[in-house]
Amino acid sequence: MSDELYFKPLTELAALLDTKKISSVELTRSVIARTKAVDARVRAFNSYDEADALAQADESDRRRAAGKARGPLDGIPVGFKDVIAVAGQPLTASSKMLANFVSPYDATVTQKLKHAGAVVWGRLNLDEFAMGSSTENSAFRATCNPWDLARVPGGSSGGSAASLAAGEAIATLGSDTGGSIRQPAALCGVVGLKPTYGLVSRYGLIAFASSLDQIGPFTRTVEDAAVMLGGIAGHDPLDSTSYETKIPDYRGELKKRKGPWRLGIPKEYFGEGLDPEVGAAVENAIAFYRERGCEIKEVSLPHTDYGVGVYYIIATAECSSNLARYDGIRYGHRSKEARDIIDLYFKSRAEGFGAEVKRRIILGTYVLSSGYYDAFYLRAQKVRTLIRQDFLNAYREVDAILTPTSPTPAFKQGEKSDPLAMYLCDVYTIGVNLAGLPGISVPCGFSSGGLPIGLQLIGQPFQEAELLAIAHAYEQGHDWGERHPKL
Amino acid sequence: MSAPADLNIDHVANLARIALTPEEKAKFARQLGEVLHHIEQLRKVDVTGVEPTAHAFPVYNVWGEDVARPGLAVEAALQNAPAQRDNMIVVPKVVE
Repeated sequence: MSDELYFKPLTELAALLDTKKISSVELTRSVIARTKAVDARVRAFNSYDEADALAQADESDRRRAAGKARGPLDGIPVGFKDVIAVAGQPLTASSKMLANFVSPYDATVTQKLKHAGAVVWGRLNLDEFAMGSSTENSAFRATCNPWDLARVPGGSSGGSAASLAAGEAIATLGSDTGGSIRQPAALCGVVGLKPTYGLVSRYGLIAFASSLDQIGPFTRTVEDAAVMLGGIAGHDPLDSTSYETKIPDYRGELKKRKGPWRLGIPKEYFGEGLDPEVGAAVENAIAFYRERGCEIKEVSLPHTDYGVGVYYIIATAECSSNLARYDGIRYGHRSKEARDIIDLYFKSRAEGFGAEVKRRIILGTYVLSSGYYDAFYLRAQKVRTLIRQDFLNAYREVDAILTPTSPTPAFKQGEKSDPLAMYLCDVYTIGVNLAGLPGISVPCGFSSGGLPIGLQLIGQPFQEAELLAIAHAYEQGHDWGERHPKL
Repeated sequence: MSAPADLNIDHVANLARIALTPEEKAKFARQLGEVLHHIEQLRKVDVTGVEPTAHAFPVYNVWGEDVARPGLAVEAALQNAPAQRDNMIVVPKVVE
């Protein structure tokens, strides 16, 4: 275990803050100094506001000194994916379209974390508008994987994963539409949790595909993820898809839930395309659970192969609609070359969006266009039902499903230039979004080349407490997450 | 693989209000052709009698309280406008 504050788990730092062994200012300074030392190489941040972070840390210390500390998040620096609104701070979606946009309000998750006393720290890079699996689609910079700077950190929340792995934050927030939290968590060797659709408010999250998007945390440990989820979950009247459900004490539940569990292994997730080292690491995790008395059952998710196709119809259709708002009128990039108002729309969007965003808007517009809706969008929604039923059928026999998170460890920058090859990276994570389920990636080993490997556990709807307990049990028996990249 | 005959990229780009260069059109048509070819496999699935899913956990009849609450101040609402004058957003002339 490292002595540096910036590599310590959130819960350990919370205890140090509580017993006044460290101050939040000291901790925040440690994170800022680390960021200045390594971010020229990792390139995880779009921007950060050092003075603002230190002012928040100072406030936290004053609260604690007055005996008014607000719990385990008070004084903890948390980084934000640059699609989550923080009042008065830039909000760019890593797009030229929003390069100069400053958010006039807070997202609900931002409000919640502020109320919990967290230090809002830094805006983290992503694939433009969260569209991609490598963070190479950012209009500003490609983020590097801290374990091998020539490789991608995954995406789209690549900055959130890489900054945490590099010690540039204590926890971060990302968003997950088809794997955008879990896949970069796996590739960077940290924990990443995508909550059940509706558990966390999307108010103030820049919309990509509204029926799939969820905000979730990146952390060093599963216990940290439980603390962060407790900080952001809950019904929100400002998000009409937000679900009314009781929020348990996720951290407290970890200690109460001991298993043994029935774990399903979907045979469709262990076929062609799975890297042998990833397969072996996941097999070791299965063996670990079996030795702990868990029942391991083969299950079938027969519509798995259709997931990528369904996703790239539904997600692009929704994105073509959501991104119609970027027209150069009320905010965002406005072309200076336009002849009239219609030309202004065409040129502002042509200049403001990058290639992947344009491709997805074109595809989404096509599948929704007159004469094609039934063949594409409606059919995809029906196959989505079948994919969801596959999971619900499996849950009659098992408590959770265990799979690899990503078919391979981190790939080289520039390696996947063909969009379809990039889309197929998400084959194991997409089904979870289509079915609205919670999923978590936890570190489960390293490749012979020293790259992290992630284990995905998929839970039942709104059963995050159980899912976290299952992941926690694995983590207790391993120390993968305690290793840090040399930078 | 070339684009399916019915992906008319000019037509779709016009619907999407995006000006594409000839190079972009050629490239996107080819790349999206490959994606559409992959998507073709959905035709093999029997969806007879299957209901579509729009949201995994749909909630219905979500109403807001019918009470006034503070919104964004004018300055905050206009702070990101590309051009503004007298508390209004300036746009190119719409009617000749």
